[in-house]
Amino acid sequence: MIPELGNFALILALCLAVVLATVPMIGSLTNTPGWVALARPAALGQFTFLLISFGCLVNAFLTNDFSVLYVAQHGNTQLPTIYKVSAVWGAHEGSLLLWALILGTWTVAVSLFSRKLPAELLARVLSVMGMISIGFISFMLFTSNPFDRVFPVPLEGGDLNPLLQDFGLAIHPPMLYMGYVGLSVAFSFAIAALIGGKLDAAWARWSRPWTLIAWVFLTIGIALGSWWAYYELGWGGWWFWDPVENASFMPWLVATALIHSLAVTEKRGAFKRWTVLLALLAFSLSLLGTFLVRSGVLTSVHSFAADPERGLFILVFLCIVIGGSLMLYAWRAPDVTSGGKFDLFCRETLLLGNNVLLIVITAFILLGTLAPLIYDAMGWGKISVGFPWFTAMFVIFSPFLVVLMGMGPLARWKKQDPGALARQLRMGLLLSIAGGVLFALPLFHEGSIWIGLAVALSLWLLSSLVLSLRQRFKYRKGLASVLKDFGARGSGSYYGMIIAHLGVAIFIIGITYVTQFEVEQDIRMSPGQTVELAGHTFRFDGAKAVQGPNYRADQGTIRVFNSDGKEVAILSPEKRIYTVQTRPMTEAGIDPGLMRDIYVSLGETLGNGDWSLRLYYKPFVRWIWLGCILMGLGGLLAAVDRRYRMAALRKPAAAPGVPDRLATEGRG
Amino acid sequence: MTPKRKKRMMLIGLMLAGVAVAAGFALKAFNENLMFFYTPSDVMAGEAPTGRMIRVGGLVTTGSVERQSDGLTVQFDVTDNDKTVTIQYTGILPDLFREGQGIVAHGKLQEDQLFVADEVLAKHDENYMPPEVADALKATHDAAVGGSTDKVN
Amino acid sequence: MNRYLRYLVPLAIFAILVAFLYRGLSLDPKRVPSPLVGKPMPAFSLPRLQDPEATLGDTDLKGKVSVLNIWATWCVSCRAEHEVLLQLAQTGAVDIYGLNYKDERDKAKQWLVQLGDPYVANAFDADGRAGIDWGVYGAPETFIMDKQGIVRHKHIGPLSVDALNTTILPLIAELQATP
Repeated sequence: MIPELGNFALILALCLAVVLATVPMIGSLTNTPGWVALARPAALGQFTFLLISFGCLVNAFLTNDFSVLYVAQHGNTQLPTIYKVSAVWGAHEGSLLLWALILGTWTVAVSLFSRKLPAELLARVLSVMGMISIGFISFMLFTSNPFDRVFPVPLEGGDLNPLLQDFGLAIHPPMLYMGYVGLSVAFSFAIAALIGGKLDAAWARWSRPWTLIAWVFLTIGIALGSWWAYYELGWGGWWFWDPVENASFMPWLVATALIHSLAVTEKRGAFKRWTVLLALLAFSLSLLGTFLVRSGVLTSVHSFAADPERGLFILVFLCIVIGGSLMLYAWRAPDVTSGGKFDLFCRETLLLGNNVLLIVITAFILLGTLAPLIYDAMGWGKISVGFPWFTAMFVIFSPFLVVLMGMGPLARWKKQDPGALARQLRMGLLLSIAGGVLFALPLFHEGSIWIGLAVALSLWLLSSLVLSLRQRFKYRKGLASVLKDFGARGSGSYYGMIIAHLGVAIFIIGITYVTQFEVEQDIRMSPGQTVELAGHTFRFDGAKAVQGPNYRADQGTIRVFNSDGKEVAILSPEKRIYTVQTRPMTEAGIDPGLMRDIYVSLGETLGNGDWSLRLYYKPFVRWIWLGCILMGLGGLLAAVDRRYRMAALRKPAAAPGVPDRLATEGRG
Repeated sequence: MTPKRKKRMMLIGLMLAGVAVAAGFALKAFNENLMFFYTPSDVMAGEAPTGRMIRVGGLVTTGSVERQSDGLTVQFDVTDNDKTVTIQYTGILPDLFREGQGIVAHGKLQEDQLFVADEVLAKHDENYMPPEVADALKATHDAAVGGSTDKVN
Repeated sequence: MNRYLRYLVPLAIFAILVAFLYRGLSLDPKRVPSPLVGKPMPAFSLPRLQDPEATLGDTDLKGKVSVLNIWATWCVSCRAEHEVLLQLAQTGAVDIYGLNYKDERDKAKQWLVQLGDPYVANAFDADGRAGIDWGVYGAPETFIMDKQGIVRHKHIGPLSVDALNTTILPLIAELQATP
């Protein structure tokens, strides 16, 4: 009975989505206040029914209702409760429902927190979100209904993929979806603004916090995915340039460009057409990602059960949403007035440079991701693009990005004398070159040009942040005055920028060190045998059988000693066999540390108690995720900036001739 | 053309040139990093290049897996039900590597037709077959390619 | 004019992308019609599920219209389709043979006791070798052969009542009518 209720609620949600997509939009175009006013209740109603529907599916998993096909496939009575809940989004149908629910949540959030928005604009924004919602809910109802029944009812479910029985992966999809779907808010704002023909600084100011929050979720979601892959897949990789990862990374890159471009549009009224295009692109790429993951046109470790029929549905949906919005763009954008004038060299152009680089990187990743498909379609053979290529692309372009990042926060809006900026940054440049050379030479460790480059870039970024802070506090004397600055308008986005850029500096160090100085060894070990690796001694103390709630495992014991013979860690990697799916799984043993991780995973048993083992020494690997966390924190801080809460409607400070104080404000 | 305009054009030109050079490098690297897929029949027919990174895929022949005395080097045959290629790999095989299972190996083909892999991928699903493997089987053996219709996963 | 054309560039790029994505969908290997269709069924000879001493092979299926259903107890969709198979068996239109694929004998027998047995006989393919000859990619799959033993149809995935009524039964009736 309850699954039917869920299905029924889903149908009602679709009806309300249709109402939301049409009535307020028509009302706003024909100036009918009554119709416009329907937007908010319709959004709330849609959300409520989606929530009920989602609750019903959760309930079906919790009560082991195997009469529901989806539960029968992915649920199991032995599954721990937390994974019964996360199993809801463990496969295609349920994850779509989560997606729809999150879209409903964002819609309601926009309707609640944008009370100061002109009613018509709000109605259009919500309407566009309703249109997207129609697509997803009908996708579910017509091709992949999570409430489909199965008869006769199986006694036991097929169980959740053991790889997904993990806390990191339980929360990774909701985070990522919050990010993907959150970009629909910026998208809807852009569409509404294009329809109304009012693309101004106020538009940028409204959509900026939403975009920032979506970006934060996306950042954290991607970082969680990478962290999960690192400890769960058992071979210590943290990024694979897999199509599914790329599908999440591309929207992130464009969203990063978007939040910077929005800053220019908000502060200076410039780049309007570019910003609106980015807003359309960011969400379009997350839809494209959905298509790639669920249609089966590309193969990936993570892809969902592929089905061309579903693929066709999403492709049609993609054509309507992306094609329609780009058509609207082609029609309306030429009429948008150009904003504030600026000089050849100033903060605007630096941000433009950063945008161009981010888009170029995105384009290359898109090319690499789709290349197998393109080659196949053209009959040129079946190919795959090697991992090193993606890495090379990233390494070619990102240093330029970081160089610009160092100059951006210090440069003035509108007009900046290059000589003056050079004088300001002289010390930073010297410091970063000195640091780079120092670390490139074989003094602290083996010599490496890459480490030198990474250290130089990080120092460059750091010194620019310090210089920017010094400039900001130049006229603030005393601690009280400095502290007061933290509460000032615009300080959230300023300190957010500082923290996020600091995150990037840390991130650079992390990825470069771990790729350059990681040590790996596959080895056969007998109990009691020791091996040296990266200044540590590893002793294998044999493996024994253990029993988990829904798996059995061989658990190895490895003791790690440092060069002084002191024991630093006892690691217990496992090789698990999950009983229902009889699927083997490697559970790595990790000794985490700020400066290095020691990572061990079990291979196979080779008889006589011998095992093949995989040992890793991973310097600075945690800095990768630490950097991401800081980026996320920075974004969050910027999103909750007081000025968004105080005056959603106040005239933006975008008029030409803004005080120079603004030169140090804002994310740069 | 005013001097200011000229300067602007120059800067834009420089930027474009920079992007073009970078793009040139990127595309060159692209060609070097492409890994073509070959079936065991292709390899045996001498169509696969030697000494270049390629991918080979098929089903692991039952009973062909041999482990060498160091415990880490493994040799096994991969077939598309027509021809068979011997693959050598040193390291730990993926969890889901099994006889009869479809796999894809990345590596280089030697002159003596031994394929030395530096990566072996097996997929998660009991029913899963990488599409290339499915195609290879189809092409050489008239074997039908169906959908992964049991979504146990 | 140039001024307007510039804004059409993103749309144009998107159109090209869609063309490739659409092509990608139709390239999907899973929708390629089975090369077996129109060809004689592959030869096989396997122990029977109920009686390991006896064998079931392609010769048993020849001389009449027959259906071969690939199934396993580990496959949830097979459970979903089982009811449809029972319905098909009840019509008496055709003999249904089963190929029990990569399964355990006891579990499979128990399944037939519990859920009902639509099959005339079952072949037991423990290691999935015959499955490879038949091009089995996943379970369930269903093949229909004519009286000469030529494969006439392959159904991928669980049979539905709809598919039964619109495709399977009419085809069987047609094949029964031809000599």
